Amino acid sequence: MKLKRILAIETSCDETSAAVIDNGTELLSNVVASQIKSHQRFGGVVPEVASRHHVEQMTLIMEAALEEAGTSYEELDAIAVTEGPGLVGALLIGVNAAKAVAYAHKLPLIPVNHIIGHIYANQLVQPLCFPLLSLVVSGGHTELVYMKQAGQYEVIGETRDDAAGEAYDKVGRVLGVPYPGGKHIDEMAHQGKDTFHFPRAMMQDDTNDFSFSGLKSSFINTVHNAQQKGEVLDKNDLAASFQAAVVEVLVKKTIRCAKERKVKQIVLAGGVAANKGLRQALKEAVSEELAETELIIPPLSLCGDNAAMIGAAAFTESIDSDQLDLTLNAKPGLAL
Amino acid sequence: MRILAMDTSNQSMSVAIIENNQILVEKTTNVKRNHSIQLMPTIEHVIEDANLSIDSLDRIVVAKGPGSYTGVRIAVTVAKTLAWTKEIELVGISSLKVIAGNAQQIEGSLIVPVMDARRGNIYTGLYTYKNQELIELERDRHVSAKEWAQELASKHEIVQMIGTDLEKHLPIFKPYLKENLLLLPSYQQLPRASVLAMLGAQEEPTDIHTFVPEYAKLTEAEENWKEANPNDLGGRLIEKY
Repeated sequence: MKLKRILAIETSCDETSAAVIDNGTELLSNVVASQIKSHQRFGGVVPEVASRHHVEQMTLIMEAALEEAGTSYEELDAIAVTEGPGLVGALLIGVNAAKAVAYAHKLPLIPVNHIIGHIYANQLVQPLCFPLLSLVVSGGHTELVYMKQAGQYEVIGETRDDAAGEAYDKVGRVLGVPYPGGKHIDEMAHQGKDTFHFPRAMMQDDTNDFSFSGLKSSFINTVHNAQQKGEVLDKNDLAASFQAAVVEVLVKKTIRCAKERKVKQIVLAGGVAANKGLRQALKEAVSEELAETELIIPPLSLCGDNAAMIGAAAFTESIDSDQLDLTLNAKPGLAL
Repeated sequence: MRILAMDTSNQSMSVAIIENNQILVEKTTNVKRNHSIQLMPTIEHVIEDANLSIDSLDRIVVAKGPGSYTGVRIAVTVAKTLAWTKEIELVGISSLKVIAGNAQQIEGSLIVPVMDARRGNIYTGLYTYKNQELIELERDRHVSAKEWAQELASKHEIVQMIGTDLEKHLPIFKPYLKENLLLLPSYQQLPRASVLAMLGAQEEPTDIHTFVPEYAKLTEAEENWKEANPNDLGGRLIEKY
């Protein structure tokens, strides 16, 4: 069946979001209720608190998305929802709300992988061309995903320990900046210099995998040793040095893979795609080393979790008009 | 009035449709299954079996907790979303009151529903029948079984205790309540959506958007935060953009 208008829902972590999107590219609304302020109290996302907030917000956010889009249920062709990966209790709210709306209005229901959603956020910027390479970086993921064609996902590199965003959060705690640390470290990094030369893990090895736990430990040791000696380290330099190490590995491996696979496009995806240092470094590296390759970087509003990207990804699915699996469940560990 | 009622607060699941206080369809299961998978298909079947459609419902009644956090949220999310999207009235009833609704109507006897809350704690409440109406005497609570047994014993009344988790805590209550303890047969322990629907028929509908589960307990993280920050007034925790 030919799809036009989709109502999409995303609740995989600490953002309740609903969006209405036409033809997979035209955004009519994209409403996000962020719980960051709540979880800042605890220094990180508390899953049970996140689930409770989703129940408070879900119908309000769906209503806001429909109203902003000025659409009626009769004009909708399908409901899309993130089924995973993510926090199970959080996913369950979106999945059950989506099933209820789909059932109530006899609409097809399209389950969407959250990671694919992040990649397809770029489709809202310009059409994806294949083969492409996506660098997916967020609080839960650090992956290089090769797409030979639409619908084919091959993870050719991934983190062996912490996700990049997770390392940012942990380092942020040591630096005493509020959760989530990424944004603050990014700002501090622009005021400092890379003076500590932290290790670039797995930079020289043959795999496309990443590792950030060694970097994190090295950072923490540096700070603790200085504290014991009574030395005061420049926090901006610490931030700049940490960020330089993360960004250099991410960019180098992305460029190397893109060359090997001769891709037409490189697309950046995930919450850490909002990092200015990463955006800048990737732009420079692509223009210097891969002039023929197109780089797509989503606008900041589409980097964090949002339902628009879920709608964009859902649009690529071929579905039947009566596709409505009411047994759909949350899949917290869903792979690509 | 046609009512769809649902309860997934604990292991059992119950969905029913009543019309003018008569049961049309009721389905209750008490096996370890996944409510997120089962609830919507069950609602679909129950509505079909009643020869109705979702559009012909006047009201949705949901058990709003306490109970399993995840379980409560599944029925509340589905009920809230159906009510919102179809503009149907919504009523929330205490999951403990639903169990209390299984008790015998003995005027003056205390009715005490019990759910296990781990580590020697229970979710419980105090109900009674007055003029044939089930009323709440004291607020539902999260309490240690022992503390609750002492409190009930001090009332010196007949106490009907109900709930599938009761067996686990009976050794604590028996010595305190002795001959004042009245137990019900096993078929009366399970929460029934038909009872929930009838209780919900008597209430005023609630505001759908602001309706949330009754957890009877803050999360551990929030409790610790409150203890460390007694002057925090909360403020805006959610930012919409």
